[in-house]
Amino acid sequence: MATAAPDSGDEIRDRIRNVLQGQKQDTVTVLSSLLNVQDELHYLPDEAIEETAAFVKSTINEVWSVASFYTNFRFTPPGDHTLEVCWGPSCHVMGAQKILKSVQEELGISREGETEDGKVTLEYNTCLGACAQAPVIAVDHIHMGRITPQHATSIARELQSR
Amino acid sequence: MAVAFDELRQRADARWQDLTAGPKAWIRVGGGVSGEAAGCDAVIEAFEKAIADTGAEAFVTRVGMLGLCYAEPLVDIAMPGGPRVYYANVEPDQVAKILDSHVVRGQPDKSLAFACSARPDGNGIDGITPLKDLPDIAAQTRIVTRNFGRIDPTDLLQYIANGGYAGLDKALESMSPDQVLEEVKDSGLRGRGGAAFPTGLKWSFLSGSSAPVKYILCNAEEGDPGAFNDKAILESDPHTLLEGLILAGYATGATKGFIFIRQGHNEPINLSRKAVTDAYEVGLLGEHILGSEFSYDAEVVLTGDSYVAGEETALMEAIEGKRAQPRYRPPFPAQAGLWQKPSNINNVKSLAFVPQIIARGSEWFKSIGTEKSTGTALVCLSGNIQRPGLYEVPMGLTIRQVLEDVGGGAPNGKTIKVIQTGGPLGGVLGEEAFDVEIDFDAMSAAGAILGAGGIIVGDEDVSVVDLTRALIAFNQFEACGKCFPCRLGTTHMLETLDRVCMNRANANDFELMERIGNSMKVGSLCGHGQLGYNPILSAVKYFKDEFDASIQDHAGAVGHFPDGSMITPTRTRP
Ligand SMILES: Cc1cc2nc3c(=O)[nH]c(=O)nc-3n(C[C@H](O)[C@H](O)[C@H](O)COP(=O)(O)O)c2cc1C
Ligand code: FES
Repeated sequence: MATAAPDSGDEIRDRIRNVLQGQKQDTVTVLSSLLNVQDELHYLPDEAIEETAAFVKSTINEVWSVASFYTNFRFTPPGDHTLEVCWGPSCHVMGAQKILKSVQEELGISREGETEDGKVTLEYNTCLGACAQAPVIAVDHIHMGRITPQHATSIARELQSR
Repeated sequence: MAVAFDELRQRADARWQDLTAGPKAWIRVGGGVSGEAAGCDAVIEAFEKAIADTGAEAFVTRVGMLGLCYAEPLVDIAMPGGPRVYYANVEPDQVAKILDSHVVRGQPDKSLAFACSARPDGNGIDGITPLKDLPDIAAQTRIVTRNFGRIDPTDLLQYIANGGYAGLDKALESMSPDQVLEEVKDSGLRGRGGAAFPTGLKWSFLSGSSAPVKYILCNAEEGDPGAFNDKAILESDPHTLLEGLILAGYATGATKGFIFIRQGHNEPINLSRKAVTDAYEVGLLGEHILGSEFSYDAEVVLTGDSYVAGEETALMEAIEGKRAQPRYRPPFPAQAGLWQKPSNINNVKSLAFVPQIIARGSEWFKSIGTEKSTGTALVCLSGNIQRPGLYEVPMGLTIRQVLEDVGGGAPNGKTIKVIQTGGPLGGVLGEEAFDVEIDFDAMSAAGAILGAGGIIVGDEDVSVVDLTRALIAFNQFEACGKCFPCRLGTTHMLETLDRVCMNRANANDFELMERIGNSMKVGSLCGHGQLGYNPILSAVKYFKDEFDASIQDHAGAVGHFPDGSMITPTRTRP
């Protein structure tokens, strides 16, 4: 049983429970629950793991094992905007490394994650699925193809000021 | 029973008549994720605004992809009863001009037109290239992709108006499940998900089981970078997959079908969900399909990001909501699969061929392609190629024909040096292999696989060492962690390749990688480890000089990242 949590924790638990109980598809599992919660909150706080375990009558360990396996799950809130850069082989051949470099430089970070001000999350993607338009990025999940390093830099700059 | 389908067909024909010969011009804009990446949504918005501004008699539909991704945003306009005129690489600021000339004044804008389809009388429009004469269209035999870019993927009736569900209707009306199974066996259809296993034979393992609950699992995970044909089917014509999924259920006596897609691919997810909902609504799914004795359900299920989730037993774990790690075999899926029920796994493309095989017969299907690889290949061209896109070509074309005739060769006057096929567990081929036929067995013999159909093209400036490292970095990143040879082997292999990329390789590093690769092959639990060495094996076969140069004190500098600065992900699975 959860101990008394501060208001915000209660609020988040309510939201999580609503999502868990509102799952419309036939197949409801640990994974479907986590996917739906992350769709709502954009990350999985500890409460999400606990509530999911209670909802599917599983253990916290079991739910963690699933959450830690799939690389789309994250455990801290993302930035206000997400910039995904594909490094798959089609994009690699078309200059993905240059796109990655220019975006990193503009955002001032050297790996995946959030900028210092928490505005932008940079993610690497193994294939964004629009390989014929390589190199491909996605800005807040909208795909953009035939990207140049200059274009990527200006998008990264614009996202930071948005 | 057939009455219900006849009624559907009548409604569908009326709908199609309205769309093509109604009072308004039909403007179709190619969508899907490729269209989105090319900027189709701004073009659609511009058309909608221009129509509202001018009151032009036209309506806009976001269709799937025609396959000519290089021409996107791709728009086609048909005046009532007229041919379709295609406009390529349309910019939003050209839209008002195109609409004014083509729709308002009835004059296709020849300065901007890219191609045009033929009218029923066979004539097109003077001064505009007939679509069928484009080299990349002429080379194709479009079976699975026949409706791509033509119909609204959200509209079941448009699928039916174009021959959809006729195969299912025929099967339920006049064929026993065994006859459907025999037809698929006879057709020679082989799986398009990677292993090229005969589809009919696989189905017979499931049909042999008398269990009351059995499943068909459609694998739409499509984790291979460079392959986008499964998503394209779901984005462009989702009912063609659904009809195949239902036919597979009928042939094998299964009770439910699952379509398994990775989260985040919203367009294929939403469109396949809508297809399932619409099919239930008209009695194509559920109890007594089309009034027959056959009942069958379908559901779209999502997975998280994991490449190994596409492996057939890991896929079942993922549907059950667990970590997508492969199971030990036996028992095989047809004995105890999803929730321990007998199950059959097929790729999207494999199932999408079935409606046409049933409607037109196995003899027709076998007449296309080669003896052991019947039918067509859905080839995804990307990378350094003039015309990247999705092309459905008969098996038996040579790789060179696909690269040159269909793809137009490398851009900017360069030459094609390397191709990567069959995904990250496939191979890297050099020019000597370009006369090999697109055929499952011929390509395996050359050291690559056709796999799901992705062909990534690299020109003379591409470093094969770097490309190989990117593939192995993928395999390392995606190792699921369950079995030791793959988990450790991919990491060890990547470290060794890093030395190669940094020109610090030892002479025996290649032997070391071979030893690691062989251990992975014999010791790994699934194809991820068993095949994970293939990119290196094939790359070294065709580009030995480039690898040798990296050995200390040799020429060096074959890669573009000798300082080890190639950026790849850092997360690993705990
Ligand atoms: C690591 C790994 C990943 C795979 N990913 C996919 C995939 O994304 N899509 C797919 O159809 N098959 C994939 N496969 C192959 C499947 O295991 C299976 O053979 C295939 O879905 C069967 O369908 P088919 O007989 O119609 O080809 C993968 C195999 C392995 C070993
Ligand atoms: S490899 Fe970049 S979108 Fe597929």
